[in-house]
Amino acid sequence: MIFEGLNLTIKRGEITALMGPSGTGKTTLLRLITRQLVPQQGTIWVNGVDIATLDLASLYQLRQRFGMLFQNGALLTDLSVFENVAFPLREHTKLTGRLIRHVVLTKLHAVGLRGAADMMPAQLSGGMARRVALARAMVMDPEILIYDEPFAGLDPISMGVIVRLVRRMNDALGITSIVVSHDVAEISTVADRSYLISGGKVAASGSPDELRTATSELVRQFMHGMADGPVAFHFDAPDYAEQLLGRGTE
Amino acid sequence: MRELIRDIYGTIFEFVRTFGAFQLFFLRLLRYSPKILIGRPGLVIKQIYNTGALSLVIIMVCGFFVGGVLALQGYASLAKFNAEDAVGTVVALALIKELGPVITALLFAGRAGTALSSEIGLMKATDQLSAMEMMAVNPVRRVLVPRFLGGVVSMPLLAAIFSCTGLFGAHVVAVGLLEVDVGAFWQQMRLTVTMSDINEGIFKSVVFGVVASLLAVWEGYNAIPTAEGVGRATTRTVVITAISVLILDFMITTVFL
Repeated sequence: MIFEGLNLTIKRGEITALMGPSGTGKTTLLRLITRQLVPQQGTIWVNGVDIATLDLASLYQLRQRFGMLFQNGALLTDLSVFENVAFPLREHTKLTGRLIRHVVLTKLHAVGLRGAADMMPAQLSGGMARRVALARAMVMDPEILIYDEPFAGLDPISMGVIVRLVRRMNDALGITSIVVSHDVAEISTVADRSYLISGGKVAASGSPDELRTATSELVRQFMHGMADGPVAFHFDAPDYAEQLLGRGTE
Repeated sequence: MRELIRDIYGTIFEFVRTFGAFQLFFLRLLRYSPKILIGRPGLVIKQIYNTGALSLVIIMVCGFFVGGVLALQGYASLAKFNAEDAVGTVVALALIKELGPVITALLFAGRAGTALSSEIGLMKATDQLSAMEMMAVNPVRRVLVPRFLGGVVSMPLLAAIFSCTGLFGAHVVAVGLLEVDVGAFWQQMRLTVTMSDINEGIFKSVVFGVVASLLAVWEGYNAIPTAEGVGRATTRTVVITAISVLILDFMITTVFL
């Protein structure tokens, strides 16, 4: 069982951060919210609808109001940057080529990559790929934008750019943002509300400042990056000395 | 003993489950095929280019040499009965009815089938299919169906080209090297090869096209999304397609005889 008694609310128009140690199921939770996975028990309400009960057509209709930034960008490798961003428009709208070009260039300009429109995904750095993916995620003007580890593996400049973009998109477009991350410092600068997930449930919630000053050992360990605490650094293993001396299993 | 029975039961259960899922997958592809053919022909044409046009070189080179070898072997055997002039007939029947569709399907699995499996498997491993799902685009419809249809259309055309280049190879060897009379080579072929022989070849190549393309997209779509998983899926595509094609060839030949 990954989650047990997990209960959280994501408010419209806010940036909500989902944080937690590795392996706590943050990405799984995102996949449940977007129904890439179906829960065996419990319910997930999105815009007042139990998402597990939707048929495929209704689900796809709902997903048109979602934008999702995947951890690795997930750009379509056989399409150029321009075509990647244009992809949802070509699939779901009957806009003219000229209008699509206008919209795509506007979104690429917003992420600072208008000049990379003709490049292929393989030519992009990790940070650029994620910015293109962000442009694609917002090209349909979604109501809910979901970010899965948007800061992982980025250099400080790219990270700063993405952090500012997350905040700017949310404020300018009035969308609801859900950010999964364990980059405490970065996410704290943009999140309105944070949930710390551990052991399959919400261990703590509140504004980043509230979490930072919390007294709970788990929250302190996570927020301050301490090695010792309720979350063990070492995975379960036999006695170290015994294993090194060969008295344990091979 | 109890464990053995449990293992056998588990294997049978897993086989039935996978076979059922495979049939449902095939029905899904068929369900979306008309809409894609009519509504998005550009996607199918692109895949015909990828699976068909890009396989032309290997098909033509192999076809030429298979035809040449058949002519050499046929000539050597027929010469014992002073029937060298029938070499054209022997080669034509062998190519059109059997070797054309079968070898083309095997080459198709090796060249285009592996490309399809690995491409789809990698799209899955790099979250591209999940990204499509999240963009409310059905990946089965947008990615798998065009690739499946591209393979189904390409395979009979490739088999026909294989047979034609094979006949050309046989002509070069028999007429050019072994000095078989050119008139006898082609005339005997015209008199002996009937439309039903050609129909048998066409039928086989269509069936093999469906099977090879279906297995390639199935294996890619169900690949474990890791480097090792994609590699395994690619290998399975070739192995399972080769076995299926040879078994089906036997069954279809039995029906046509």
